[in-house]
Amino acid sequence: MAPGGGEENMKEEAKTLLDIYRTMVTVRLFETMAGEHFAAGKIPGFIHLSIGQEASSVGVCSCLRPDDYVASTHRGHGHMIAKGADLKRMTAELFGKATGYCKGKGGSMHVADFSIGILGCNGVVAGGLPLITGAGLSIKLRRTDQVAVVFFGDGASNRGPVHEAMNMAAIWTLPIIFVVENNQYASTTPQSYSCSVGDLCTRAAGYGMPGLAVDGNDVMAVREAALEAVDRARRGKGPTFIENKTYRVRGHFEGDPQKYREESEVLAWQKQNDPIERFEALLRKKKLLTKKASRSILEQVRAEIDAAVAFAEQSPYPAPEDALDDLFVNP
Amino acid sequence: MSERILSASAALAEALHEEMTRDETVFILGEDLTAHAGIFGQFKGIPEAFPGRIIDTPISETCIAGCGVGAALTGMRPIVDFHFSDFVTCGMDELCNQAAKIRYMFGGQVNVPLVVWCPDGAGLRAAAQHSQSLEAWFVHTPGLKVVIPSEPADVKGLIKSAIRDDDPVMFFQHKRLFAREGPVPEDSEFLIPLGRAAVKREGKDVSLLCYGSGFFICMEAAQALAREEIEAEVVDLRTLKPLDMETVASSIRKTNRAVVVHEACLTGGFGSELAARIQEELFDELDAPILRVGARDVPIPFSPGLEDFVLPKSDSVIRAAKRVCYR
Ligand SMILES: Cc1ncc(C[n+]2csc(CCOP(=O)(O)OP(=O)(O)O)c2C)c(N)n1
Ligand SMILES: [Mg+2]
Repeated sequence: MAPGGGEENMKEEAKTLLDIYRTMVTVRLFETMAGEHFAAGKIPGFIHLSIGQEASSVGVCSCLRPDDYVASTHRGHGHMIAKGADLKRMTAELFGKATGYCKGKGGSMHVADFSIGILGCNGVVAGGLPLITGAGLSIKLRRTDQVAVVFFGDGASNRGPVHEAMNMAAIWTLPIIFVVENNQYASTTPQSYSCSVGDLCTRAAGYGMPGLAVDGNDVMAVREAALEAVDRARRGKGPTFIENKTYRVRGHFEGDPQKYREESEVLAWQKQNDPIERFEALLRKKKLLTKKASRSILEQVRAEIDAAVAFAEQSPYPAPEDALDDLFVNP
Repeated sequence: MSERILSASAALAEALHEEMTRDETVFILGEDLTAHAGIFGQFKGIPEAFPGRIIDTPISETCIAGCGVGAALTGMRPIVDFHFSDFVTCGMDELCNQAAKIRYMFGGQVNVPLVVWCPDGAGLRAAAQHSQSLEAWFVHTPGLKVVIPSEPADVKGLIKSAIRDDDPVMFFQHKRLFAREGPVPEDSEFLIPLGRAAVKREGKDVSLLCYGSGFFICMEAAQALAREEIEAEVVDLRTLKPLDMETVASSIRKTNRAVVVHEACLTGGFGSELAARIQEELFDELDAPILRVGARDVPIPFSPGLEDFVLPKSDSVIRAAKRVCYR
């Protein structure tokens, strides 16, 4: 803390923390809305929700600038919102509307906003890792101080491209942060079965980069690790691997029968380790958030989500022949 | 032969049950197989009946495909489940450079009795990376057989032949057809040989040559055409490689007109190959140009209206059939 500026800094810090809280609430309510509208048949296809993993997406993205890059996954709504995506265009995309981010061509698994550095959610598990390596290389070639973050799952961590990407990022000292969201399952498969090690961060050593294990439901811990990694990357010191240990409280997709786990396991995580409740308790202890203030944030966010849903519902579907647009720049 | 009504899924599970009982070298490898008996429930009963012979893997398509090839080279008959056919891209080297080439490249020393089971096709609003029909890529790769059943009985008879076949077989089943029911023979020796098409509706005016989901579109179109006094013959190819040109030829000798129909996008699709073969071998039999019906040449879009627009429908087949009949 700079001498003399103590109070200013504290104010700044308080604002940052409240922003983080608000964004986490936004992700939670957005996902809840998506689940409800999917169940009601308003969202076609299938959707994967990130409820319970808000500390990871928001904690990491809270350390990024608008011009930094993020590559996301099939479970990407949270990453999008945390990086600053527009709720209206997100919702419209999930609904398949012409006003959506991708004009209805992408849907839940393929939302993206290139104007804020999001290089896309991805329907192919681990698909983002080679792409982020290219973004990192591009940053290096263009000599900017941007950083590039890729989110991926514990399941994804077993795909070959992950390992190719980590090696390349390390040998070229690329400004990349590998964030594995270890939510303990890949679809029906427990992480303990599919991975050769319990702590995925230990794999970083094999590629000569720092690997940090983080309580992924503690947004402050995630933020601390990400700040360090971002700083390292910006200073040209190369990639970092962060393992956010978290838990997927919803099914893999909405409608998942979930025969592979006990309900009690899910309930225990929800009750004892909810990232938003934990952060709220911390903010309360720090006297940064009153019950009243949190209620008002909740109401404001709910109003934003309601407005996004109304926007999506009122928006037109794309014209069928629009399916033929956007394939090439010069057809 | 006694028959029951089964879904395509149940027909697959029954065939696998029979083949795994018959031959203990048969096993299944892939992601998320045991917890829910496959992500589409397609392996119902198999995890309980054959513990240890249906094996969950990490998400590692490259190595899943490669493990299939390696096990096939060393005395096993693996069935590799590719989860969604779209992810064959992640195992392309193992499928196209290894499985397809090993027997030939090594002068016939060894066989690769591998089945690659791929759920494919669009219509589920699953968007561009979970909806493709990629059979043409593999038809274009010498060394791979390509099978695409439509009705439940075809699923049973063809998967059994694919498992018993000593060469690598790409086996595509449309995701939207899993629940579709039809009569299926009970016989555990019910086999449909690879390379044998089936005339599933007889007609004298035009041959509709199709496979997979295209078959159902053609049957629908044939009924509508019949109301306009055009009798379409529907030929379900079932196997694209080896291709049953004899059945195709005898149908075209009768109708003198052909429309090729598939869900895959048009350009470079199997329809192009088949149309070329027909004009090379049966030019004098034709009274009209051969027409092709397939999806528009774009990735499958998400929004329902967009997806429906790009996919071929029975109306597209009806229009094409009328055109070749000059009606
Ligand atoms: C290459 C590839 N293989 C398989 C799938 C099917 N699939 C989609 S998500 C998923 C599980 C991913 O697990 P994880 O990486 O842990 O992410 P999580 O779903 O837990 O967020 C699977 C197997 C896919 N989309 N892409
Ligand atoms: Mg996971």
